Parts: sequence; C-alpha cells; structure tokens
Amino acid sequence: MIPDNLLPDIFAALMALAILMYAILDGYDLGVGMLLPKDNVHQRDVMIASIGPFWDANETWLVLAVGLLLIAFPQAHSLILGELYLPIVVMLIGLILRGVAFDFRAKVRQGRKERWDLIFKIGSFLAAGTQGFMLGLYVMGFEHSPVSYLFALLSATGVIAAYLLIAACWLIMRTEEDLQIKALGWARKSLYFCMAGILAVCLVNPLVNDSIFYKWFAAESVWMLVIVPSLALLTLLLIWRALGDVRVLQDKYCLQPFALVVVLFLSCFVGLAFSFYPYVVPGEMTIQATASAPESLRFILVGAIIVMPCILAYTVFSYRVFRGKVTELRYY
Amino acid sequence: MLDVVLLSRIQFALNISFHILFPTITIALCWFLLYFKVRFDLSGHPVWMRIYRFWVKVFALTFALGVVSGITMSFQFGTNWPGYMETVGNIAGPLLGYEVMTAFFLEATFLGIMLFGMHRVPQWLHTLSTLMVAVGTTLSAFWILALNSWMQTPDGFVMQDGVAHATDWWAVIFNPSFPYRFFHTLLASGLTASFFIMGISAYRIYRGDAKLAPKIALRTAVIAALMLTPTQILVGDLHGLNTFKHQPQKVAAMEGIWDTEKGADMLLFAIPDEAQRTNHFEIAIPKLASLILTHDPDGEVKGLNEFIGAHPPVKPVFFGFRVMVGMGMLMLLTALIGCWLLYVRKTLPKQFLMLAVAMTFSGWIATLAGWYVTEIGRQPWLVSGVLSTADAATQIPAGNVALSLTLYATVYVFLLIAYIKTLFLMARRSVEIEEIQPEERLTQKSLRTAQGASS
Repeated sequence: MIPDNLLPDIFAALMALAILMYAILDGYDLGVGMLLPKDNVHQRDVMIASIGPFWDANETWLVLAVGLLLIAFPQAHSLILGELYLPIVVMLIGLILRGVAFDFRAKVRQGRKERWDLIFKIGSFLAAGTQGFMLGLYVMGFEHSPVSYLFALLSATGVIAAYLLIAACWLIMRTEEDLQIKALGWARKSLYFCMAGILAVCLVNPLVNDSIFYKWFAAESVWMLVIVPSLALLTLLLIWRALGDVRVLQDKYCLQPFALVVVLFLSCFVGLAFSFYPYVVPGEMTIQATASAPESLRFILVGAIIVMPCILAYTVFSYRVFRGKVTELRYY
Repeated sequence: MLDVVLLSRIQFALNISFHILFPTITIALCWFLLYFKVRFDLSGHPVWMRIYRFWVKVFALTFALGVVSGITMSFQFGTNWPGYMETVGNIAGPLLGYEVMTAFFLEATFLGIMLFGMHRVPQWLHTLSTLMVAVGTTLSAFWILALNSWMQTPDGFVMQDGVAHATDWWAVIFNPSFPYRFFHTLLASGLTASFFIMGISAYRIYRGDAKLAPKIALRTAVIAALMLTPTQILVGDLHGLNTFKHQPQKVAAMEGIWDTEKGADMLLFAIPDEAQRTNHFEIAIPKLASLILTHDPDGEVKGLNEFIGAHPPVKPVFFGFRVMVGMGMLMLLTALIGCWLLYVRKTLPKQFLMLAVAMTFSGWIATLAGWYVTEIGRQPWLVSGVLSTADAATQIPAGNVALSLTLYATVYVFLLIAYIKTLFLMARRSVEIEEIQPEERLTQKSLRTAQGASS
C-alpha cells in the first residue's frame, strides 16, 4: 500500500513524464509544421504525411499533463493558468489552426492548399513560441518585469530552436533524397540556436533565482551538478558529430540524431525539474501543499497504473505500423 | 463594460457550443463507419468500401475540429473557473483524468491506423481500429457526462472545509441523472449523425450522383433515424421525469409554470415575462403537463414562484426546450416520409432530397437547444446546491477575457464556415469520381468477388 505522503510525488512524477513526452512528441510535429518550405508542395506533402498518423495522439499528452496538474494540484492549476491566461489563449489558437489546417489542406479546392499550409506553419510557430514564452515566465516565477519578459522571449526562441532540431532529426530519420538532405541542413542550423538557448537558461536560471543557485551548488547535490550538465554537453557533442557526417543519411545511422536529441531533451528536462522540486509554482507552492485529497489521488492512480502501460503499448504499436521511410502519400 | 463572470460564461458557452458540434457527429458517425466496414468485410462488396472511404474523410475532418476545440476546453476550467477546481476538483479531476487516460489516447492512437493504415495492417486489425476509435469516443462521452450529471445531481461526496471529498465513487459516477443524460446524449449523437449522413448523401444524389454509394448511405441513415427518433422521444421523456424529481425548478422553467398547480397545462407557445412573473400569448393544452410529469391529469407541478431567487432565467430554458422538441418532431416526420418513399413508393423525388439537405444540421440545432436547456436550467448553480457560478469565476481582468473571447469567436466563425463549405465541396467532388477506381479492381480480383459487384 502506498502511504498518503508519497502520492503527491508520484503524481508530480507522472506529470513530469507527460510533459516530457509532450515536448518530445509534439515537439517534432510542431517543428515539422514550422519547417514547411514555401516553394515545394511535394516536400510539404511528404513532411505532413510523416506526422499524419501521430499528431493527434501527440497532442493528447498536453491534455494529460494539464489534466494531471488539474487533478493532483488544483490550486497550482488555477494559479498557473490564471497567470498565463493570454499566452495560453494564443497557444490554443495556434494549436486549433494547426490541427484543422492539417485536414483542410487535403480537402479544399486547388489553390486554397497554399493558404492552409501557411496557416499550418503560423499555427505551429504560435504554439511553439508561446510554450517557450510560458516556460520562461514560469522559470522567472511569474514576475512581471521587463527582465522577466526578455527572458521569456529568449526562452521562446530556445524552445522553437529545440523543436526545429528534433523535427529536422525526425525528417532525417523518416524521409529520403532531397528532403533528407534539406533536413540535415535544418538540423545543423537549429543546433546552434539550441546550444545558445540551453547555455543561456543554464546561466540565467541560477543567477536570477537564489534558491536554485544554492540547490545546485549545495554539497549533497554535487553529483547532480556533475551528471546533468555533462550528460547534456556530451549529447550535444555527439549530435554535433553525427550531423557533421553525411553518413548520417544512410539507413543504418539515420535514427541516431533523433535518439540523441531525445536524450538531450531528457537531460534538459531533468535539470529544470531538479531546479524546481519540490515546488510546483516556483517559490510559492510546493507539491505537498497543493495536492488534492488522497482518496481522489488513489482513485485515479489505480486507473493510471492499469491504463498507462496500455497507452505506451499501443503508442509503440502505432509507431511500428508506420515505421520506415515515408513514401506513400495515400491518406485513406 | 461587462463583468468578468458574464464574459467568462459567454466564453465558456461559446467554446463548449463550438466543441459539442463535432463530437456529437463523430461519436455516432464512428459506429456508422464500423457498420460500413463490417458490411464490407462480410460481403467484400466494394460499394461498402466506397461509402467507408467517403465518410472516413468526413470523420477525419470533423474529429480534428473536435480534438482542437476540446484541448481548449481542458484549459478553460483553470483559466476561467478557478473556483470550480478549488471546490470540486477532488471529484471533477479524477473523472476528467479517466476521460483522458481511457478515451483520448485510445481514439487518438487508433485514429492514425484507421485513417492511414489500411494498407499497412491486416483487414481485421483495421476494422478493430475502427471499433477502438468508436469505443474511445463513446467512453469519452461516458466520463464527461458522468461529470456533467454530477454537477446537476451531485451524489457520493461530503463537504469538508468548503471542499468536496468523494466518499463513494460508484455513487459519484452513477449519480441520479447520469444514466438518463448519457443515453439521451448518445441518442442525440446518433440522430445528429443520421441526419448528417442523410443530408450530405441527398446532396450528392441531388447533384446528379447516380452511383450506388450515396443511395445506400442515405437508406442506412433514414432507417437509423426512424429507429432512433422514437427511442429518443421515450428516453427524453424519462430524462424529463428524472429532472422533475431532482431539479423541479428546471422543469418549471421548461414548462413556463409560475404558480404551483394541480392539473397544470402544457404550453405549446407563450412568452414568459420574468419581471411580471407571468406568461403572455399562451397557447395551452389543458392538464397535459401534469399528465406527462406525474402520470395523473390532476397531479401537482411545482411552479417557479416556489424558487424565487434560486431558479434559472426562464426565457432561454423555455424556448430552448421548445426548439429541441420541435426539431425532434421535424426529424421524426422526415424519417417517416423518407422510409415511406424508400419502401412504399420506391422513389426519391427532388423535394425529399431538398428536405433532407435542409435537415443536414438539424441534429446540431436540437443538441445545442437541449444542451442550453440543461445547462442554463442548472443556474444559478455551477454544481447544484454546492457551488454557485458567480463564486467559481476568475479574478483576472475583464479586458483579458474580452480579448480572448473576441479571438475565439473570430476563429470559430472562420472555421465553421470553412468546415461546412468543405463538406459540401467533398460531396460535389465525389459526384465526379468514377464508379470503380483502379485500385479497387485489384482488390476485387484478389478477393475473387468481382462478379456482379460493380453495381
């Protein structure tokens, strides 16, 4: 039997898993949307076909993450969503436009397709940008100051770059020929921005936030200070090396960059999560203090333990069904 | 300047009204798709595959609109109704969580295989995926209606320090109004989808589509409508009796009854006047309201004056109810005429096709009207007897809500126009498609069922 005082931590971990899954999965499909080339309708078709079977399930992780926040930490949910009211509206409108553009583009009159592709691209930028912006505001503890907004803008650029990187690596893995070569170019470019973004957050975060500084530089967390940044750095170097070599385009190696970027996302995420634990709202609300009633958490946990493995299983199954290079453009 | 509570209510109503349009089609449409697919699997007749192909595309578009507008819903609770989660989060949270975990992932994942995987998985697995999506959409309705019904007739909980705590989850989920609301809503979806299929198929035939596919789809829809409409009238009546027992003030507003009376009349039409607490221009059938609600012509029906200050605004509930019932009657009539034409006269005259096209979105009107009756009918409560709507609203500046409301409204109007235009464009396009497509010849050969299958 799980003791009551462990429940909040378990739910925080589940929520962290949902956010990480979302960042990776919707990250690549938002990135693909942002990368759509203006001048090549065939490549756009292939790129969109590569995310076709997945985007819907990918976005469901966002609903799960928000759902878990709402279920487990209702007060934090109200506070965070209230603070981020306008960026959330913009993000939702971005996600709406993107999601429907995906379907409309394949069904509207000739000549209207261009318009929906543009909407798809704009929607993807809006969603990715606002997610980064909100992450920035969150890191700054929802402080309303010019510095805070500046940092949020920086964070928006960083998240856009990260999504572009993972999307480019996804395309290296899933596409062939011209488009694959183009994707390699995109991956190389976005990697620079990504590095700059990660570095900026690593420096700014402990500098503006004393408690985070002390946390990282406290004696008992030395091992975190050693492991997390070195893992991130090592992964960055490996990505750099993999993208520098054209052999990455071969079937044998084309999976590498994507896998490495996933590790990079993971290490950045662990770094952020460690910085804020045990707070769910930085400096204001702890996980323990805002958790829902234990009987509610228990009720949902039973379901989660049964259902989560099923979700993971059929997600893996779906990726297996659609494995390999995207060649077919037949939708139905 | 409008206050933030009213703005939040308008925004929530806008979001949920826009959202419900799409699930109310897809929940039942997916069961129709399963039917088409199973018919194809059993007969190997390509016409069923053609019907499936056409409607799965419509499904994909409709589903996408439902998904994205649903994501918005999941944020609305926190952004606009913080008091809701703070007070009843212990109940609402787990129910919403189960919806995400059991329904959303199921439907979203298998949707990919259903739409794009027909040539990548065996046929039985593809049919199974269609079933999984149908189960997913229905499960989603199950959880969200459990929560909605709990807000109407809360049960299985205690209040501690102003926060609801569940004591009996079974009672929370299967609260008194849930079974009625669940079946009433599922049937509404079935009817919406039936008239949707009927209307668009009729449009195809009207535009000169002489192929078999739209005719069969139309026939399927007409039969479904004829079976579902009377069932819905029966279930709706039971739902009404359940409401009469648990929320008499809502029924009083629906019927426009001000004073408690024995042998209450049923009003076909009236204009309720809340300021003077009376009706104008009444057209009534004597004692019928009492007869329906109490099964006794002289039964007592509580009037609105028993609930002064604690009953919903009368006009929207009163008129919403009449729009819903009126639309239901029109649907029954259309289904009857359709069946008579198909099976007795064996023709489909242009006039009927035009009627069917006009009724394409009749399900939307009836569903929205019914939804407004039940939701506005719950006011002034957000959760009956537990939390008032005003206490749950956000504290954020009204200007922000006004801005977001404008943005949402603009996007939704744009999308609704695009959706309807695209639907009819898809129908017109399918008129021009040839009877048998090249790849179908191949499957036909491989199935060795080509004989006589090209009709």
